[in-house]
Amino acid sequence: MRLLTHNMLSSNIKGVTNGFPLRIEIEKVVEKQVDFNADFLRNMFPKIEWKALVGAARTLGYVELPEEVEPSRLDSEDFLRKFHHALLELHLEEGALVCPETGRRFPVSKGIPNMLLHEDEV
Amino acid sequence: MSRPELQAPPEIFYNEEEARKYTRNSRIMEIQSELSHRALELLALPEDGVPRLLLDIGCGSGLSGDTLSESGHQWIGLDISRSMLDVALENEVEGDLLIGDMGQGLGLRSGVIDGAISISAVQWLCNADKSSHIPRLRLKAFFGSLYRCLARGARAAFQVYPENLDQRELILSSAMRAGFAGGVVVDYPNSSKKRKEYLVLTCGPPSISTSTPNGKGEDGESSSDDDSEDEDNQTVSISDRHRPKKKQKITKKGKGREWIIKKKEQMRKKGNVVPPDTKYTARKRKARF
Repeated sequence: MRLLTHNMLSSNIKGVTNGFPLRIEIEKVVEKQVDFNADFLRNMFPKIEWKALVGAARTLGYVELPEEVEPSRLDSEDFLRKFHHALLELHLEEGALVCPETGRRFPVSKGIPNMLLHEDEV
Repeated sequence: MSRPELQAPPEIFYNEEEARKYTRNSRIMEIQSELSHRALELLALPEDGVPRLLLDIGCGSGLSGDTLSESGHQWIGLDISRSMLDVALENEVEGDLLIGDMGQGLGLRSGVIDGAISISAVQWLCNADKSSHIPRLRLKAFFGSLYRCLARGARAAFQVYPENLDQRELILSSAMRAGFAGGVVVDYPNSSKKRKEYLVLTCGPPSISTSTPNGKGEDGESSSDDDSEDEDNQTVSISDRHRPKKKQKITKKGKGREWIIKKKEQMRKKGNVVPPDTKYTARKRKARF
């Protein structure tokens, strides 16, 4: 699972008001090369919760992203490369996602998070 | 072929064996990719070459996702069957995969997705596979959460196989109640084999830009008019035991141009490939031939 998806996912359990961002528990992280596309990054940038992305990237051991960012940084190739790497190339292969409110664990195996809810959570 | 929806819940029906079919059976693969091409077309994304973030609901082994990747888009796939997703992993699809039940609602942030497609999946929501399942509430949860996570003006194109009229009505009314504008697009309505239904939904208030596109092989009401005309022209025959024996009709003329053009039109409506009507259509060969 890429951090792009992590940045979109929120906990869907009944009664949870703020299920974002899901905490990450790591067992294994892999990196996969993805083609760089600046247009996609510029298009995605306004939709990304920056703080959550920085936090998630740090958990996965990537510390190059700046804490605060202005949209003007999108013109810098260097910044876009880092953004690209954090967003699309870091994969959480094994581990878990944890709901910030209830502490419910969603296990991640082979890169696929299991987001199925129990019947009493719907 | 019997409907898979009637056999078992999706997480059980799509076991390893069934999932394997999706990598081996070239016919299934061809149909799936054709359907996803059409769904992507119905999404009507702006053609500026910028990749979008799309959602594939019921992505299965990732055949539909491959179509999205080919067009350069990033996607997130959701499916309830682990076996199908394992096949997708083997195929090394480019999107991210999630195990999830669409009837439980999509756990995604609001307004982040640029479009959603789904191939032959939404009709599963009409089934109650567990005692806790209430189709109406599951459809409501699904469309409600979908409406939230789509960006304003974004579209969703779902290819569906509703079992009957009631199911179609149920799916459509749930979507409308969630706030979507749109309707059903039917491709090849006159062919029983090629007929495909797509639910095309737009996030936001109805306007000209949100009107549903036309289906393929759909041609006004001309076909229904023809039928009624034929009925009017039929004469009532009165049986008479003493009537003379029927003479065999021998007409030198053949069926005629009009008849051939009518037949070709019928074939076109079924979605068959038919040569165009030209001045050569139904022209007689010369005697010396």
